Amino acid sequence: MLEVKGILNGVVLDHIKAGKGLEVFHMLKLNKIDAPVVLLMNVGSKDLGKKDIIKIEDKVDFNFNILSLIDTHITVNIIKNDKRVEKFTVEVPEEIIGHIECKNPRCITNFDDYVNPTFHKFAEDDKVLEYVCSFCEEITKFKK
Amino acid sequence: MVSIGGDKMNHSSLRHLIEPEDFTKEEILKVVELGEDMYNNPSKYSDICNGKILASLFYEPSTRTKFSFDSAMLRLGGNLIGFADANTSSAKKGESIADTIRVMGYYADIIVMRHPKEGAPKLASMYSEVPVINAGDGGHQHPTQTLTDLLTIKVYKGQLENHTIAFCGDLKYGRTVHSLIRSMARFNAKKFILISPEELQLPSSLKRQLKDQYDIEIEEVRYLEEVVEQIDILYMTRIQKERFFNEEDYLKLKNSYILTNDKLENAKEDMIIMHPLPRVNEISYEVDDNKRAVYFEQSKLGVYVRMALISKLMEVGPYVRG
Repeated sequence: MLEVKGILNGVVLDHIKAGKGLEVFHMLKLNKIDAPVVLLMNVGSKDLGKKDIIKIEDKVDFNFNILSLIDTHITVNIIKNDKRVEKFTVEVPEEIIGHIECKNPRCITNFDDYVNPTFHKFAEDDKVLEYVCSFCEEITKFKK
Repeated sequence: MVSIGGDKMNHSSLRHLIEPEDFTKEEILKVVELGEDMYNNPSKYSDICNGKILASLFYEPSTRTKFSFDSAMLRLGGNLIGFADANTSSAKKGESIADTIRVMGYYADIIVMRHPKEGAPKLASMYSEVPVINAGDGGHQHPTQTLTDLLTIKVYKGQLENHTIAFCGDLKYGRTVHSLIRSMARFNAKKFILISPEELQLPSSLKRQLKDQYDIEIEEVRYLEEVVEQIDILYMTRIQKERFFNEEDYLKLKNSYILTNDKLENAKEDMIIMHPLPRVNEISYEVDDNKRAVYFEQSKLGVYVRMALISKLMEVGPYVRG
């Protein structure tokens, strides 16, 4: 069985739906940080059957709530001196600045580098999250 | 930031009009009422913008809106600068909207902007030190058309509240429809009737917002004849060929949405017919002589409501401070 060491300081993102780990990796732009990162996919899980896990060493300052656009069940574990000091589930953000692009091809945010795409939560139910673009009012849906 | 000369407005009082919701219901009503007074007594206001400059930045062509703003500013005694085509501006060289707006704010006291990209005027307003008016951004908003429509309704129906309003034609992409329907909802419309082919129905998100937020009755039908006797205000829009996937569908449907006097046989005597113009063929020329047709007067009223809006945003005339 594949084994990966624990981390001394940093963050462990757990309970990521199997197959979604890579999306989380890209959403947090982990390919651009200067710190050790491990992405584990299809790890056995009592609750989920299979899950993905990401471990990031020596860095904790991320916008974790943005991950709820990928999976609202992700848990964040903050590790300090080999101990878990904080554990929480990602929360659906009211506002998103940057991170995602407006899907409206006529939206100014897709043309002007000055502007950061900005979205506000429009609606939420058990299955779908909806955000409205602050500039063009286009609605973007995310499956929960 | 160092302020260099001029008498620019205090930043805290700086207002823009990017979408109708930027104004409260009371503010909209006041602008509409002032527009009505300006229409009736234009000489009272002929010099309130003396020495002021309006910059019109039209990144895509427009006839009525551009000249309507020009006419409004000139009738208030002000002056004009600007461009009517992005090819004659530095946008062609790749200048960002933020840079253009920062500089134009030093040359003019108010900016009117039309842009093909949705949200561009909002971006402009974030960097502007003078008021910005959205004169149309792609298929998104066209708030001064909405003010024009509201003034027309006020002049011809006496009040903005409690009307049954039918919207006919392209309700999916028609920005004038989206803006007006939301504004009329704020003014307690009695009922909305939506007349369109299935392909061009009002977006469901907007329908949901109208139902959830305002609890207004909405009836959707395919043809005008089914509902014509109920209507107080008929708002016509153009069905554009390019909105259809194939020409066959377009040809099949387009005649159903051309307004003729026959289709108005059972209409109320005091119903009014509005249209944001330009008209292509969706209102037959014979309807122009129908007493219910007010779409040309609507264009005329657009000048006066824009005069009222300029006064408000520049805090001149009846809006002067202190």
